[in-house]
Amino acid sequence: MHLLEPRAQPSQLMRWTAPLIAIVATLLAGSFLFWALDKSPIASFQVFFIEPLTTSYGWSELLIKACPLILIAQGLAIGFKARIYNIGAEGQLIIGALFGGGVAIYFDGSDSAWVIPAMVVAGALGGALWGALPALLKTRFNAEETLTTLMLTYVATFILSYMVNGPWRDPEGMNFPQSIMFGDNALFGILLEGSRVNTSVFITLFAVLAFWLFNARSFLSYQLEVGGQAPAASRYAGFSAKQTVWFSLVISGLTAGLAGVGEVAGPVGQLNLNISPGYGFAAIIVAYLGRLHALGIVLAGCLMALIYLGGEAAQVSLQMPAAITGIFQGMLLFFLLGADAFIDNRLRKPIR
Amino acid sequence: MPPPDPRLQLLHITKRYPSVVANSDVSLTVMPGEIHAILGENGAGKSTLMKIIYGAVKADDGEMMWDGRQVAVANPAQARKLGIGMVFQHFSLFETLSVVENIALVLDEPFDLPALAARVKEVSERYGLPLDPYRSVHSLSVGERQRVEIVRCLLQDPKLLILDEPTSVLTPQAVQKLFETLRRLASEGVSILYISHKLHEIKSLCDSATIMRGGKVTGTAIPRDETPASLARMMIGRELPVCEAPLYTGENRPILEVDRLSLVSDDPFGTTLENISLTVNAGEILGIAGISGNGQAELLAALSGECTGERESIWLAGEAIGHLDAGQRRAKGLVFVPEERLGRGAVPALSLSRNALLTAHRQGMKQWGLVSYRKAKEFAEQCIARFDVRCGGPEAAARSLSGGNLQKFIVGREIMLAPKLMIVAQPTWGVDVGAAAFLRQTLLDLSRTGVAILVISEELEELFEISDRIAVLAAGKLSAAQSKAATNAESVGLQMSGLFNETAQPTESGHAPA
Repeated sequence: MHLLEPRAQPSQLMRWTAPLIAIVATLLAGSFLFWALDKSPIASFQVFFIEPLTTSYGWSELLIKACPLILIAQGLAIGFKARIYNIGAEGQLIIGALFGGGVAIYFDGSDSAWVIPAMVVAGALGGALWGALPALLKTRFNAEETLTTLMLTYVATFILSYMVNGPWRDPEGMNFPQSIMFGDNALFGILLEGSRVNTSVFITLFAVLAFWLFNARSFLSYQLEVGGQAPAASRYAGFSAKQTVWFSLVISGLTAGLAGVGEVAGPVGQLNLNISPGYGFAAIIVAYLGRLHALGIVLAGCLMALIYLGGEAAQVSLQMPAAITGIFQGMLLFFLLGADAFIDNRLRKPIR
Repeated sequence: MPPPDPRLQLLHITKRYPSVVANSDVSLTVMPGEIHAILGENGAGKSTLMKIIYGAVKADDGEMMWDGRQVAVANPAQARKLGIGMVFQHFSLFETLSVVENIALVLDEPFDLPALAARVKEVSERYGLPLDPYRSVHSLSVGERQRVEIVRCLLQDPKLLILDEPTSVLTPQAVQKLFETLRRLASEGVSILYISHKLHEIKSLCDSATIMRGGKVTGTAIPRDETPASLARMMIGRELPVCEAPLYTGENRPILEVDRLSLVSDDPFGTTLENISLTVNAGEILGIAGISGNGQAELLAALSGECTGERESIWLAGEAIGHLDAGQRRAKGLVFVPEERLGRGAVPALSLSRNALLTAHRQGMKQWGLVSYRKAKEFAEQCIARFDVRCGGPEAAARSLSGGNLQKFIVGREIMLAPKLMIVAQPTWGVDVGAAAFLRQTLLDLSRTGVAILVISEELEELFEISDRIAVLAAGKLSAAQSKAATNAESVGLQMSGLFNETAQPTESGHAPA
């Protein structure tokens, strides 16, 4: 017996209210969690969500974490609209970082101003290539992209591990699995004195505007939406399903690759095994929380960045385990999916 | 002797849905052995009423009497126990199972398969519905599948049999056989509720009729004493509209030519097209009759370009287009109105103006990859005004429209693309009488402007009303098209069962095809 039945007319208002409901539910469940750990929920939320925003440094850190999340989520949202589920942005980020980092290592010591632009281009290409592989597998062999993108993430992790343990290991790095620290001309310039905010924010800013225009006005975005909602209508109109797959996966790989360069040429400053705290996965939540809308994703990205910051603060001030960040991300996704299920469906009234 | 209790009596049944009252104060009486018609257009509330009787939907108000006792039917299993059987318009059979396995699945009591098979054979033959119990359902024709559904009901010795639009999938000959079966059942005391909007069928079969419109009973009648026109008046509240076919005076050149098109279906249960050849000229409507599942879906996909094939198999205005995809063919002046309006002809959740963009984007609605949603909206507004689409405006979601109005929008959209060739599948399927007449007249008028139109339909009457020539698609083969004057429903019906002129055998009914 199905418990849910479809609604005749899903509410547009509820589509945007659902993320707020999910946030409230996450806070409630979080309170319970803190209470169960013998911490005061109020004080804990103070540490988690308020304190990070009481200093200008906190705000700058929020920006640093929000940028890659927003950038990746913009690309993912394109595919999600077309029901092409790239869940391997983490791997595309890593390959982007490797391509970009490779340029930095190869041109180490060069004083050319073109190193950073070359890294950006290389990172975008790397991410796009890692997105193109599942596109090829799907269009050629009909392989499910949810599986291939995720599996290629592990491949990417192993390639990164091999490179920083082998060919690109810093000879003076005391055998740590990491590359040399990049030179100044292989790093984005610092934008705000005393913070780590750098010029890569302009990439994200540009991407938000570009994707906003793309979503609002482009015919291609319309084709993707039709392909996702009604594949038969898409075939009927003569839109190409293959083009949809290629475009979705390559563009989301590309933005993830750019985010990878932003990390290694920004806050991280080298290639190592910790270049991303799971941004590629968290961006999936960001994309849905932002309703696959370019501006919604900006807000959702900031919230997700705050959860990262709050998680760090909770570890330091409250002696909470590192898993707290993942728990809050998980609860947010769980409640969002739950709320979304009731937008298009409602509880079936029992027939007596 | 007092008159017997009515088999079924409904008293003041009311069923409200959030947005619509499906049944309002509906009462009707069916006597034992009576064939009672429920006549009404789509959306008149017939199906809801039948589901209430069958226990699939619960009424908000009103009573149901069964053999003189008040009953409350909670679910279909209880309805079956009372002796109510229902044959739905859309079958619920498992294609990979055999006939007897399918029947066993719905029995409420334990069964013995060989014994059941023997009973299926016996019952099916007694009522003139011969069936091989061990055949797989996927190898059965649509008419045979319907027999499975009917036999499934008969095995439970029903006292009341409900049939929902049972003839929409049958050839005229099969309809006659079904009627014989139903009359036999009635003579044995089984009551029959017969839902239909086909007036001549009701006139020839039913003893009495309840006519519904907008959820209310608008009248009762003895169909034999009525004319189709008087029944139609009760059903739609006004005269039955008639189409006019003006004479075409323009140039008579071929627009669509299909030359020995063969296509193996990807679907294991699909139909393979064999050597299809046809021509549609400017200014004419070619009708293709036949029952769905005989290659209709495959032929449409091959013509529209959703499925591509050999270059030289399809020609549009003298140009080979067999290898081109749907978008490329559209760019050359082909338009298509598919059978499935929601999900294929239109995207359900998108607004009408966005659905206009689906195929009208070539009409100057985009520049440098960017869409002018203003132009799409203007296009939708024009389409709504010109084709009398009743809706909440260009921003209404496609799925909020009734079947008829959405069809008017889709047909209108395609006509506004100024096509050379229009392909239409089931133009008035599920559409109310008024909208259907409007759509047929629209197609006639369009063809007389020099557009070639190919119509695939299951409704023979419709094809005879609008077509200039008619061909029949059966088992993936297409008969030679004949002018409407040279053929008739009887002959087309025979061809629908696969008997083409060249291979015609003497038939059961004794008529040789014309």
